[in-house]
Amino acid sequence: MRYERILVRYGDLTLKGRNRGRFERQMEQQIKRALAPFTALTYTKIYGRLYIHLHEQAYEPVAERLKDVFGIISFSPVLAAKPELEAIREKALALMQEAVKQPSTFKVSARRTWKPFPHGSQEMNHLVGSHVLRAIPDLTVDVRNPDVQLNIDIQQEAAYLYNVTVPGAGGFPFGTNGKALLLLSGGIDSPVAGYMGLRKGLELEAVHFHSYPFTSQQAKDKVIELAKRLSYYAGAPFKLHMVSFTEMQTVLAQQKQDNLIITMMRRAMLRITEQLAGKYKAGGIVTGESLGQVASQTLGSMNVIGKACTLPLIKPLIMMDKNEIIHIAEQIGTFETSILPYEDCCTLFLPKSPSTNPNLGVVEKVEASIENYDQLLADAVASTDTIVLTPDEPLNAPAGESSPEDDWF
Amino acid sequence: MLYFDHCASTPPYDEVIQTLAEVMKAHYANPSSIHGAGLQADKLVERSRTVLAGATGTKPEEWLFTSGGTESNNLAVKGAAKFYRSRGNHIITTAIEHASVYDAYKQLEAEGFRVTYLPVNVTGHVDPGELQKQLSDDTILVSVMHVNNETGSVQPIAEIGRLLKDRPKTLFHVDAVQSIGKLPVDIKGWGIDLLTGSAHKLRGPKGVGFLYVREGLRLQPLQSGGSQEHALRAGTQNVPAIVAAAKAFRMTMSSAEERAEAMYALRSQLIKAIESIPELKLNGSADAMAAGAPMAPHIVNVSYPGMKPEVMVHMLEEAGIIASTKSACSSKDDKPSRVLLAMGLERAQASGGIRISFGDEHTPQDIKKLEDGLRAVVRRLKPLERG
Repeated sequence: MRYERILVRYGDLTLKGRNRGRFERQMEQQIKRALAPFTALTYTKIYGRLYIHLHEQAYEPVAERLKDVFGIISFSPVLAAKPELEAIREKALALMQEAVKQPSTFKVSARRTWKPFPHGSQEMNHLVGSHVLRAIPDLTVDVRNPDVQLNIDIQQEAAYLYNVTVPGAGGFPFGTNGKALLLLSGGIDSPVAGYMGLRKGLELEAVHFHSYPFTSQQAKDKVIELAKRLSYYAGAPFKLHMVSFTEMQTVLAQQKQDNLIITMMRRAMLRITEQLAGKYKAGGIVTGESLGQVASQTLGSMNVIGKACTLPLIKPLIMMDKNEIIHIAEQIGTFETSILPYEDCCTLFLPKSPSTNPNLGVVEKVEASIENYDQLLADAVASTDTIVLTPDEPLNAPAGESSPEDDWF
Repeated sequence: MLYFDHCASTPPYDEVIQTLAEVMKAHYANPSSIHGAGLQADKLVERSRTVLAGATGTKPEEWLFTSGGTESNNLAVKGAAKFYRSRGNHIITTAIEHASVYDAYKQLEAEGFRVTYLPVNVTGHVDPGELQKQLSDDTILVSVMHVNNETGSVQPIAEIGRLLKDRPKTLFHVDAVQSIGKLPVDIKGWGIDLLTGSAHKLRGPKGVGFLYVREGLRLQPLQSGGSQEHALRAGTQNVPAIVAAAKAFRMTMSSAEERAEAMYALRSQLIKAIESIPELKLNGSADAMAAGAPMAPHIVNVSYPGMKPEVMVHMLEEAGIIASTKSACSSKDDKPSRVLLAMGLERAQASGGIRISFGDEHTPQDIKKLEDGLRAVVRRLKPLERG
């Protein structure tokens, strides 16, 4: 079916007062960014809604992309008909016959915005409804709780019809709730936490700790892949800060406190991230922790680890079960990459029995005994390598520059 | 010399040769090694996959690299039939497939599969209605080539795809070695599960085959060894040739439309010439756009009944014109063409097929020279005609 436009709804529920203008501007920018590859589209803004005019562009690929833009509540593909009764009836019937699964009840909800149109709204409900009923034998009208509502908006230039409302991704548009740093490992959880942070309208930049040469180049590439996937959901260029953790980690490993090493590593990571947050003006840290999942994610561990920094720690997955997290990871397309078998720095030097209830005093004492601790933190921060990712970038040119290899392809 | 044997192999693009040499020099490491040099080589292979995916609207992970069209066909046919054998024992192909499909089916038949070989009509086309009649609950695989390599007949792939659409148990394999880059191939739209291509048929290097395997499908590998190519094709990848093949693929796909148009014009010129030489009999339909009997733009098959085709080929070569008898893969045996026999041609005509296949570098003047060559050869052979 050739749709004329898409009606996009956002903000009906979530918007309050003065934020509205900023929210809407950001929403429109995000939609246009996401749909930039579809060059034929044009846009008309109305209160809390947006019309996307399709022109020659097919509806399906646009809808596919639109489904993943945060802040959109729902959208509908809209047919245009000449503002004449017979034309409207014909399109209404075509629309009702289009459904994959035929509804058993429906109602017509017509609106006559263009007053010179000869039939009133109520009258139109009957005129169109009866036409559809005659043509589709098993269909009946239910005005209270219909399976399908067929909406008709009669304007001077055309009548617009739609009967499908596709749920959007919800949440807030990118960046409308401030900026935070995401701790991105190569695992299953942190990309999901990033996805949920983005959905809540956070502008995220990812921080990854690697321990090359203890960890491999593939482990880095895997994180780049994951960050690229997140950049699709961000709908904007996405920054990934690669921090070399090798020096810090090898020093911590030599403190003869095997059961505390994970605690100390996590504390060091938070400290480094907090310094990066200061540098990049981020107001929070998002992590993929889930209560009780591993030794460092018990309440006791989280208490001692969290004491290392003052920024708010945002943990979207904290109360979720592993299978729920995996389910989301599969849906957002990060699971397959996450389970690639490359060691990350957290599994390195993993002790036999990491403490599930570390003692803050002992941890602080050990850290204080490392003479160049602050210097190690500063060196790690200074080692940071930042790359900017967009979803469609080829594998070889992560930094966005063209390589001589491009000539080969 | 005028080279009219593009169906057997094509002249590689200059850029392809250059890429091949450069990659061969710079990236000799094994792409499965874990050191940086190995990783770089591996990335080139993965990037090559994205090139194929980008040009066909598919996903990079849906493409495998093999050693050629023959291996891709063997892997598709045997790999799918053997892996899904528990679902059914019936497989279907056509009487005109390339030997790498046809003989793979013969082998499966010997191993106990029930095989149906679909017949073709006089222009060399399969009837989808006939296929529909043969389908049963037991059918797990259907292989139909897109363009026949001897006659250029174009098979109704889209229509067959529609027939198989509601049969998730029946996999659809298409040998597109002679069509990809020359005619539109809509892998997703036509519901294709497995698709074969070959780099040296589209001006890439020899030694690289493509195999599209739809996401979610599994195959039984042909050979044991390492876990290269998603563990479906053991053996160190030929990195320079794969990169060069991806380049040829991209170049050929991006210019397919204009080239097809140019080659269709050459084809009609050649058909007119053949029709003006009464001794020669065209095999397949003359009109490339004929309803129900479309033909590829770059292949013309013609017989001189009563004359051994080798003689024609040798005499044309003396005149500086390279053509071939049936397919290169089976041109050295002396039997009549299986494909032409399947079209119902008399033995004399089926034994005499000469295949002329060209590319976009040919000009109308080249075709004129070919016409003159054919005329001269026929004139010289006329007194030697048998019965």
